[in-house]
Amino acid sequence: MINAVDIFNMDNSFLSYYLLTGALLFSIGLAVVVTKRNVIVVLMGIELMLNAVNLNLVAFSKNDPDLQGQMFALFVIVVAVCEAVVALAIVLKAHEHFNTINLDEISTNSEE
Amino acid sequence: MIPFIFIAFILLIAVSASVVLWSKNVLYAAFSLLLTFFGIAALYVLIGADFLAITQLLVYVGGILVLLIFGVMLTNQKGSKENGKNDIIGTNTNRLIGFVVAIGLFGLLFYSFARADFIKIQSYLFETAETFSTTQNIGILLMTDFVLPFEVSGVLLMATLIGAAYLSNKSKV
Repeated sequence: MINAVDIFNMDNSFLSYYLLTGALLFSIGLAVVVTKRNVIVVLMGIELMLNAVNLNLVAFSKNDPDLQGQMFALFVIVVAVCEAVVALAIVLKAHEHFNTINLDEISTNSEE
Repeated sequence: MIPFIFIAFILLIAVSASVVLWSKNVLYAAFSLLLTFFGIAALYVLIGADFLAITQLLVYVGGILVLLIFGVMLTNQKGSKENGKNDIIGTNTNRLIGFVVAIGLFGLLFYSFARADFIKIQSYLFETAETFSTTQNIGILLMTDFVLPFEVSGVLLMATLIGAAYLSNKSKV
């Protein structure tokens, strides 16, 4: 096996930093989703949250010889791509209908 | 040397993710999201997940981010609204609730991470392995243990392709 990344060997004490970074990213993503009113920025918040989850999965599977965490993270990335594509198609359709991508304006326009 | 690089990337992630939160301009948020994704890819490299780091760069930076910027571009034609404003300067609502929820969640996670001794649990679970290139193992696993999710994600991708093409068809409705 090629030891290309051998210089990056780290012990398990780095795990807590990964978990904290994941927690920070998840909280920021949640705040973005709750506070921002632009649909595209809300999508960015969702991507941040998915990335935080991936970071935790990869951090926990560090010494796992079966790589289960990394495989799960890979499938999470695939589903995140699908979600982003369909959401952007819906955003384009909504922009065509309501002429805005502000969530509050879409909400008030569709009630009329 | 490695710990300093590690801390630098964590700081990069924290700062650029905060810019996504604070910036009012959608494009600035998109470009700082780019830096966040780069930082996360670097963290993947540092923990030995090289294939995942490359996938992160290809898919997130090359795919999703370009798609988001395309979305910004297509939904911000000049003068598309009556009052002359456009959506590139976003507005915020629920500020107080949002920050209370986010800080509360972070505090909760911080508390539980501080209480649980994950390092010891991790040491019990797996013995420390040498970091090696994961690409070959991931390829083998995709064709053996994870072949069903692999095929299902192929079907999912095709359904997404068809759905997105159908939804963004301008002549409908």
